[in-house]
Amino acid sequence: MKELIYLDNAATTKTRPEVVEAMLPYFTERYGNPSSIYDFSSAPKEAVANARETIAKSIGAKTNEIYFTAGGSESDNWAIKATADAYKAKGNHIITSKIEHHAVLHTCQYLEDHGYEVTYLDVDEDGVVDLEQLKAAIRPTTILISIMFANNEIGTIEPVREIGVIAKEHGILFHTDAVQAYAHEPINVDECHIDMLSASGHKFNGPKGIGFLYIRTGVKIRSFIHGGAQERKRRAGTENVPGIVGIGKAAELAMETLAERAAKERELRDYLIKRVMAEIPYTRLNGHPTKHLSNNTNFAFRFIEGESMLIMLDGQGICGSSGSACTSGSLDPSHVLLAIGLPHEIAHGSLRLTLSEETTKEQIDFVVDSLKSIVERLRSMSPLYEDFLNKQKQ
Amino acid sequence: MYTEKVMDHFQHPRNVGEIENASGMGTIGNAKCGDIMRIYLDIDENQIIRDVKFKTFGCGAAVATSSMATEMVKGKSVQEAMAVTNKAVMEALDGLPPVKVHCSLLAEEAIHAALWDYAAKNGIKIEGLEKPKSDIGEEAEEEDY
Repeated sequence: MKELIYLDNAATTKTRPEVVEAMLPYFTERYGNPSSIYDFSSAPKEAVANARETIAKSIGAKTNEIYFTAGGSESDNWAIKATADAYKAKGNHIITSKIEHHAVLHTCQYLEDHGYEVTYLDVDEDGVVDLEQLKAAIRPTTILISIMFANNEIGTIEPVREIGVIAKEHGILFHTDAVQAYAHEPINVDECHIDMLSASGHKFNGPKGIGFLYIRTGVKIRSFIHGGAQERKRRAGTENVPGIVGIGKAAELAMETLAERAAKERELRDYLIKRVMAEIPYTRLNGHPTKHLSNNTNFAFRFIEGESMLIMLDGQGICGSSGSACTSGSLDPSHVLLAIGLPHEIAHGSLRLTLSEETTKEQIDFVVDSLKSIVERLRSMSPLYEDFLNKQKQ
Repeated sequence: MYTEKVMDHFQHPRNVGEIENASGMGTIGNAKCGDIMRIYLDIDENQIIRDVKFKTFGCGAAVATSSMATEMVKGKSVQEAMAVTNKAVMEALDGLPPVKVHCSLLAEEAIHAALWDYAAKNGIKIEGLEKPKSDIGEEAEEEDY
């Protein structure tokens, strides 16, 4: 069997065996409902408390500021919709960026249909939000700024601290979607003046279907799911105890190894970039050159289309992703690539490869070698490349 | 998500290439949507398609439909080639996912555009052939990387 080379760790990650191990007893032995009063339920109750504490510590928060959710999308929806609702007496204006995840963008669009006004900030060619534009967009009615910590497609890390300072100066709440950054980049909610932060377990070797929302004490956002007293009455539903144990264990392990892991990923990532840029012509590297997630690469290969590339890579056992229209399920390529100013036909030829700590140099070499022949083959079939070569001859 | 036939034609596309001094050439689609097909036809004096080549910028389905469409028109008369519809190409590939059906439209249109070019050059009329809906012109932007 072909070796699997998994370079789509921004999509999801492998659940660590230690995490699975930690979760298992909470399915079969300690399955009690944490809300019950008998002694049998004290173990799951304690496990949930421990996980909450681990996560609170990891971002410099208090334990009662961590709310478990079903994942990043729920956390984003909750933060934005509930803030809009709770602060509607103050105003109806929200500021976000054009490169947010759809969990934020579509939620904002939903609110626009319900009487709210939203400013979508531009980004520069590296994907960095313009702080001057942010300041200029602030109105007396602005109730929330929601800017992602790091972008999921191009890996650019946003100036979160500066945004936090601006939000604080103006008395506006600041939410950040840290789904890609949490447990990959050090985050301190006080240093960055973050009022709400979304994260998801499966992006850092935890289980799927579990995430959390950090809500700073004093932020008056309401319950998103009604029906019980769980999560300080703000998020009803019997706790996903195995999931919570899993995300806690994953966070613990990820925080312990963060610096070492990031350094290892960055070294291989830089090697991948160096080889691709040197050996495949007409390629653009997307994302900020230094303010960048350590495991992310995003290339745009001119004259070819992303889905074709992905199928051919898949044929070699390589998993990656693309921002082409065919992979986004619409006729337009990725909104992120368009926002950084790529023309459509170049955005269609994008490829995102996201590494993990298990990625090896041998794998990277194999990927680059495969990619070289795939790009060459697709270009030899491309009418755009033919036109380009003909134009060069003239 | 693709049938075996689609995968076969994607991985081993038939008739990729160019024909110099082609009898007819047509390009359909646009880079904005991520699909461009170009068909070259070599047609003899009896109006038989002697050779056909294609180049495609697009997804797996776009490449596979181009490949299948060229196979289906090769050796046919221009009138017979008119019967190679998007439906016929799709059926020959054992179907396409619903979101990819538009790719099969491009194959039919690209062949029609090449036939139109051939008919115009030779001052003949092909029954049932209409002027192609769209054609791409020069690429608007050229950037250096």
